[in-house]
Amino acid sequence: MPLQVKRLLLAFAVFIAIMLVLKYFLTPDSWREYGAYRGKALTEISGKEAKYVEMETCAECHDTIAGLKTQGLHVSVQCEICHGPGYKHADDPDNNDLEIPRERQFCLRCHTKNMASPQDIIKQIDAVEHNEGEECITCHNPHQPWL
Amino acid sequence: MAINKENYTRRDFIKNSGMIAGGVVLVSLLNPFKLVFATKKPVGIGKWYGVGIDIEKCIGCGSCARACKIENEVPNEPFFFRNWVEQYTIMNDGQIKVSSPNGGIDGFKQPVPDENIYKTFFVPKMCNHCAKSPCTQVCPVGASFESPEGLALVDQSYCIGCGYCVQACPYGCRYIDPQKGVVDKCTLCYHRLEKGLNPACMMACPTGARIYGDLNDKESALSLFVKENNCAVLKPQLNTGSKLFYNALSQEVH
Ligand code: HEC
Ligand code: HEC
Ligand code: HEC
Ligand code: HEC
Repeated sequence: MPLQVKRLLLAFAVFIAIMLVLKYFLTPDSWREYGAYRGKALTEISGKEAKYVEMETCAECHDTIAGLKTQGLHVSVQCEICHGPGYKHADDPDNNDLEIPRERQFCLRCHTKNMASPQDIIKQIDAVEHNEGEECITCHNPHQPWL
Repeated sequence: MAINKENYTRRDFIKNSGMIAGGVVLVSLLNPFKLVFATKKPVGIGKWYGVGIDIEKCIGCGSCARACKIENEVPNEPFFFRNWVEQYTIMNDGQIKVSSPNGGIDGFKQPVPDENIYKTFFVPKMCNHCAKSPCTQVCPVGASFESPEGLALVDQSYCIGCGYCVQACPYGCRYIDPQKGVVDKCTLCYHRLEKGLNPACMMACPTGARIYGDLNDKESALSLFVKENNCAVLKPQLNTGSKLFYNALSQEVH
């Protein structure tokens, strides 16, 4: 074997040895548990706290309102769309008030007239003309619109 | 295998070329070319999540985009989104207008007078959780990956913020979090799924325009949705294996 090839092979061997050592120390322990990534990342992502607790939790304490809502046309509108995420409130209701959206603009986000909104899915009103100047909730109960 | 250049004849050349070509064919017969999945597609076992969006039911209220921002602590400004809503307006003269003010979080206003409109509709957008996702394939450090359930996720403690995946995603569903300096994207609320809750956007939708489900289970809500409706995916020509199925998708949507 010519000398230059021998030296080259030696250099390669040294590089590969260094790579193997680095690989041993730098690869995280759950690497390749499922694929070419850290398997622990999955549990890290799934461990985050959920902020929206969904209607069943609200109903544990506010059963009259929940019952009211279930009978009306707002049955598919989740409490937390209007009142905001309830994870803190559900744990400690006295110190964490939820928002209460009373302004017209809030209801109009869903109910304003727009040709792109399908008419058979949502009833729409003229944002300006429909009982101008009054809060929607003076006539419509937000939890059951026709009460 | 040194080649003696002096008596290397044309015959030798053809013989060697033939051998190499034959060898390649032989090896490819032993191990035929397969579709490349970023992760192995589980066959009949485990969950394989997909999403369905019914454009006919979307009222453009933006509740999904707002709920997503709050649930996942997506910075409010500058405007980054994991999911957002676009309003398409096709006018009588053929002009197409697409608007998405603040991603739709504050609702929409139709800028065009009704008599000029030929057709108009809302298109909610989010990560397609592709089975052959271009974004996970380009990650140089293995921080972007596809989970065994078929969700494209990001390992934020491993991400170096190079932004390759942001460029690779043909649907514009990734962004660099300005505070953390790493990539962030829709996880289909993986943390909620694991707790038995619906993803925030699907919980917030007042009309049930968004659903998700297990594509391996032929009785799941999504499987039935895809079966009963004429569904299409975005940019099918890119062969991304998108698992976001739209009902009533117009050809103008990109
Ligand atoms: C552990 C029981 C409990 C749960 C669960 C709960 N609440 Fe409450 N909630 C209360 C109590 C008690 C009050 C009254 C506290 C007060 O007046 O400060 C209250 C008050 C409220 C108010 C009025 C706040 C105000 O400023 O007057 C709203 C709105 C509300 N809850 C919404 C919700 C929603 C939406 C949920 C579901 C995410 C929910 N609550 C879950 C106990 C609960
Ligand atoms: C369409 C939006 C909307 C939805 C959905 C909604 N709320 Fe409300 N809620 C309101 C508004 C607006 C008010 C203020 C009513 C008022 O001041 O008369 C309110 C008031 C309240 C109050 C305090 C007022 C009172 O009567 O003491 C509670 C508690 C409450 N909501 C609970 C709930 C719960 C629980 C749900 C889910 C079952 C829910 N809300 C769903 C809009 C909504
Ligand atoms: C998140 C979207 C959303 C918000 C916000 C919302 N609604 Fe609704 N509303 C709906 C849906 C969905 C329905 C049921 C479909 C329908 O029949 O219109 C509905 C139904 C109604 C109806 C009955 C329409 C009918 O069919 O006769 C009234 C009235 C109404 N809402 C008033 C309000 C008022 C007042 C507010 C503000 C407190 C409000 N809505 C906020 C989504 C919303
Ligand atoms: C002065 C009382 C009053 C106020 C304030 C009011 N409404 Fe109404 N609303 C009515 C009455 C009465 C009807 C049924 C008759 C009609 O269609 O006008 C109605 C009908 C509706 C309908 C159903 C329309 C349809 O086509 O069937 C919706 C949706 C609605 N209102 C939403 C709202 C919203 C959103 C607001 C606030 C911006 C609001 N309303 C404010 C009294 C009121």
